[in-house]
Amino acid sequence: MADTLTSFDENPHGLVDFPMAKEQTCPFDPPPALKRIQDEQPLTRVRLWDGSSPWLVTRFEDVRTLLSDARVSSNALGDGFPHFNAAGKARFQSNHTFVNMDAPEHPRMRKMVTRPFMVKRVEALRPQIQAMTNELIDEMLAGPKPADFIEALALPLPSLVISELLGVPYQDHKFFQDQSAVLAERDAAPEKVVAAIDALRDYLGQLIQAKRKSPQQDLLSELVTERVDNDELTDQDAVELSILLLAAGHETTANMIGLGTLALLQHPDQLALVRETDDPAVVSKTVEELLRWLTIPHLGRRRVAAEDIEIGGVVIRAGEGIICAADIANRDPAEFENPDALDITRDARKHVAFGFGVHQCLGQPLARVELQVVWSTLFKRVPTLALSGDFRDLPYKHDALIYGLYDMPVTW
Amino acid sequence: MRIEVDAPKCVTSGQCVMIAPDVFDQDDDGIVIVLDENPAEGQRGVVEESAAVCPAAAIFVIED
Repeated sequence: MADTLTSFDENPHGLVDFPMAKEQTCPFDPPPALKRIQDEQPLTRVRLWDGSSPWLVTRFEDVRTLLSDARVSSNALGDGFPHFNAAGKARFQSNHTFVNMDAPEHPRMRKMVTRPFMVKRVEALRPQIQAMTNELIDEMLAGPKPADFIEALALPLPSLVISELLGVPYQDHKFFQDQSAVLAERDAAPEKVVAAIDALRDYLGQLIQAKRKSPQQDLLSELVTERVDNDELTDQDAVELSILLLAAGHETTANMIGLGTLALLQHPDQLALVRETDDPAVVSKTVEELLRWLTIPHLGRRRVAAEDIEIGGVVIRAGEGIICAADIANRDPAEFENPDALDITRDARKHVAFGFGVHQCLGQPLARVELQVVWSTLFKRVPTLALSGDFRDLPYKHDALIYGLYDMPVTW
Repeated sequence: MRIEVDAPKCVTSGQCVMIAPDVFDQDDDGIVIVLDENPAEGQRGVVEESAAVCPAAAIFVIED
C-alpha cells in the first residue's frame, strides 16, 4: 500500500489520516486526496482521530453494495464503529435512535415516523413551503444590503418547515436552532454536545406532555396519541425520535440551500437555465445534480462489519469499521460522465447523497420539495441576486458534520 | 413487463412514487403499493429507473 500512496500525508503507522482537507480554491470539490485514493486504491484503510483504522470505500458501486448489505451494521454502541470524533460518539450514545440500529429494531422504530415524509403528504405541504419561501424572500428584499443569505432564507425555511411538521412552536427557534448547531459541530467538546441533547430532551419532553393533553395535527401529537398510548413506543423513545428529527431538519437542508445557491451563482450558465424554466422536470434535475455534486454529508456514511465481507479483492473482517465516502463516490467517473462538471441537464438521480440501503434518508421527499421550491422561486424573484465578495473567502463549514456555509453575504 | 415488489423490504424513500407516480404509490405508513402491475411500454423508462434507485432493491421488473 505504501508504494502507491507515498504521495499522501502519512502518519507513523503508514495509513492516511481521515478526513482529509479540501483544496482551499475548490470549496465545492471533495479533497484531492480522496480522488487519488479512488483512482489508485479505492478500498483502503485510513486512520481516524482515535487511532482506529476503518476501511474507506470510494467507488460508487462499492458504496451501494456495502450500504445495502445486511452484514453491514449501523450499531454505533458496539466496538469497531468508526465514530466521527469524541463528540459524535457522545451524541450517538446519548441520543440513541433507529439511525444507529439494525434489524429488527431499525425498521420498527423508523416506521413510527415515516408518515409525514410520504410523497403525497409532502406534496400537500408544497403550497405552504412556497408561501414561507415567498415571505422570507420579501423580508430579505425589504432589509439592508448585503444580507446574509443563510440567515435570511437557507436556515429559516427548513427550520419553519420541520417545526410545522413536528408541531414545535417556531417562536422558540433561537433555542432549537442553536442546540441543533451544537450537534452539527465536529469539534465540539463531548460535554457540550450532551448538554445540547439534554436541553432539547427537556424541551421536547415537556412539549410532548403538552401534546398529550391537547393533541394537534402534527407528528409529536401523533407519536404520543397513536404510538405511545398504544404501547408501540415509550415516552423516552418519542422524545429521542423528536430530537433526531428536529436536529436533522436543521443540519441538512439549510446547508444544501446555502451551498447549492452559491454553486448556481458561480455557474451563471446553469443558473440561467433554472431561472428561465417553468418546467418542474428541469428544476427537479437541478436539485438532483446539486445533491450529487455537493454531497454535503462529507464525512461519509459510517458502518461496522458484522461478518467477514469480501469486496473488490479485499476482505473486511467482522468488527472492522467502514466509511462509505459518498462525496467522492458521487464523482466516480465509472458512474457519472465528466463527474466534476456541474451539469443540471444530466440525469443524476441515482446519486448516493441521501445514502443507500435501509438507512437511506427518511426526509428526502421533504428535502427535495424544499429545494425545488427555493430554486424555482429565488432566481425569478431576485434575478440580480449576487454574492457580495469573493467566494473563496466565505466561511465554509470544513469543521462541521455536514458541509455548507456559516454565512453568505448577498446583494441584488 | 410485470411489476413485483417486496413490500416488507420497502424503506419508504418514496423515490418510485416521485419517478413513476402512475405505477407506484404509498400506503398510510409510506410502504410501496403497485397501482399498475402491467404498465404500458411507455412507462418502461421510469419503471426501470425506479427499480434501479430503490435503496432497498424492493422493486422487480419481470419480463414474461
